Amino acid sequence: MTETTLTSEAALKRLKKRRGKEWRFRLWGRASIAFALAALAWLLFSIVGTGYTAFQQHFMRMDFQLTESVLAPDGTRDPEILRGANYRKIVQTTLYEQFPEVTGRKDKQELFALVSASGATNYLRQLVYKNPDLIGKTVTVTVPASDQIDQLLKGYIKRDTPESRRKVSNQQIVWADILKERGVIKKKFNRILFMNPDSRDPELAGIAGAAVGSLMILVVAFVLAFPIGVGSAIYLDEFAPKNKFTDFIEININNLAAVPSIVFGLLGLAVFLNFMGMPRSLPIVGGMVLALRVFPTITIATRSAMQGVSPSIVDGALSLGASHTQAVFQQKLPLAAPGILTGSIIGMAQALGETAPLLMIGMVAFVTEVPNSITEPATALPVQIFLWSDSAERAWAERTSAAIIVLLVVLITMNGFAIWLRNRLETRR
Amino acid sequence: MTHDNIKFTCRDVRVHYGDFEALHGIDIDIPDRGVTAFIGPSGCGKSTFLRTFNRMNDTIDGCRVSGKIHMDGQDIYDKNLDPVLLRAQVGMVFQKPNPFPKSIYDNVAYGPRIHGLTSSKAELDALVEKSLRRAGLWDEVKDRLKLSGTGLSGGQQQRLVIARAIAVSPEVILMDEPASALDPIATAKLEALIEELKERYCIIIVTHSMAQAARVSDKTAFFYMGDLIEYDVTEKIFTNPGNSRTQDYITGRTG
Repeated sequence: MTETTLTSEAALKRLKKRRGKEWRFRLWGRASIAFALAALAWLLFSIVGTGYTAFQQHFMRMDFQLTESVLAPDGTRDPEILRGANYRKIVQTTLYEQFPEVTGRKDKQELFALVSASGATNYLRQLVYKNPDLIGKTVTVTVPASDQIDQLLKGYIKRDTPESRRKVSNQQIVWADILKERGVIKKKFNRILFMNPDSRDPELAGIAGAAVGSLMILVVAFVLAFPIGVGSAIYLDEFAPKNKFTDFIEININNLAAVPSIVFGLLGLAVFLNFMGMPRSLPIVGGMVLALRVFPTITIATRSAMQGVSPSIVDGALSLGASHTQAVFQQKLPLAAPGILTGSIIGMAQALGETAPLLMIGMVAFVTEVPNSITEPATALPVQIFLWSDSAERAWAERTSAAIIVLLVVLITMNGFAIWLRNRLETRR
Repeated sequence: MTHDNIKFTCRDVRVHYGDFEALHGIDIDIPDRGVTAFIGPSGCGKSTFLRTFNRMNDTIDGCRVSGKIHMDGQDIYDKNLDPVLLRAQVGMVFQKPNPFPKSIYDNVAYGPRIHGLTSSKAELDALVEKSLRRAGLWDEVKDRLKLSGTGLSGGQQQRLVIARAIAVSPEVILMDEPASALDPIATAKLEALIEELKERYCIIIVTHSMAQAARVSDKTAFFYMGDLIEYDVTEKIFTNPGNSRTQDYITGRTG
């Protein structure tokens, strides 16, 4: 009987083996979590590392002389005519004044390339259009520098590469440095990135259009998917007869949640665009496609939230003479609400990140206006990222990463809000 | 027996779950007022039988009830009878206390609200107070009616559930092992409450505790394997049972 005592050699051996197993399992667990964290850190580091510089940009603050003989030679103040005036000339003159020694035509061209040509001219045009009285006066305004100069001063364009292999000439480098010393060129917070729609010029491109488009798409998707998803979940769980047919429907809703999103894009293309003849690139169509994508997620979340409510609550309501509908809507649904809301928010976060289905319905278009309604062409944040990532110039790289940072921040906020909401609603019980 | 009025008349009641017959034709008359206890080993069908009186079995998929159950001469399985109205007259208290996760006040007011029993806030307040008083809970909760019903102790929760049932003025209260989740002190309070309530209501209680059945009930029915074995005045069942299986069960030889 000595073999069976608690401290026998065999027992100790078994104990050691058991402890070893547990130790190894813990090690595995920690290793996997460490791997996950490392992957996340790497992702964040690489994106934030390339993207954070885009939140600042180089601007030029100069005195622009709004000469009447250039802008309105015939003395008109008609805004429509002033719109077409030669602002380019004003900008050129202002820049040339900084370096009076520059005379050659080619040198002047290079000098003019320091400023964002369309950025500066458009800015002045807007200014004069809104306030024609400014003509003849001198205004001190800040306009964006060209993206090449911005990249140079941020250090992305290396000064030690041979001149022939970089887009900024030696002469331009000298001018940029002088202007920086004079305080004309300054690095400032890049409002353009948040306030502007897309543009061909990186220094003028922003995510405002895409963000508004994404918001519209999400609103449409939510308005469609939430009632459909929650409604079908309640009906399937509480009121539908339990038979082969409802089993079949249930399986298919689960399948729908797992269908690759590009398939929904193809469906949207075939049904909404080709069959129903809706125009391309509209937020309303994008929202409808993403509603299809999201509603199975909401249905599944709702069902699991409802199944988590103790049946005794429904029994209690029924036993008091509540009808089935009353018991479900007055007692069960409020208890399932935190789970339903969390599931829906996470579903919407998924929708926000969807790119493929939007590409299929033409939301990949180059849109330079912030959309005003869901029936105006728009693009979405992830699509904007896709578009920018495809552009060649160096300045797009940091903007792509910056847009990704914005998207990630929104996603983290949404998911954090979902967790906060769940905790709050659950502790209130 | 002081109460000779019959509340429920049951004839050949059979309950099927799918192909399985859980009750094999029960004939029983349940008196109005007073407490009738259903006892028997687990799985004998006593809870199933209890749930036929307020048609709670209707909510279980594949459950069929046949035979006749009349309450005050009215067939409660009549096709034209709305089980929702029946349940307003036949209240139920479950094994595990199941107050709604709402305030104590809202728990009691829920039934009156859905049935539109009161026409003003003052009337509802009065009804809530009356129900809580009858359930012997008023003095313990009168200062915290706005607090959640789930924050009460198990015994208080069970009395809250009883108050909730009383608030819709039922004639019958079904109790499915109401004390099985309670400690002895809470159980004693609950039994004292049952003692009071039986003056006004017909109470049917399912219990696993022989002692409880002996203490609170006027009549006792012993079920075994889906059959009603013996039904008589409680005193007789516990002192001089007519059937050997009843004898075995109450003395602890089967169970």
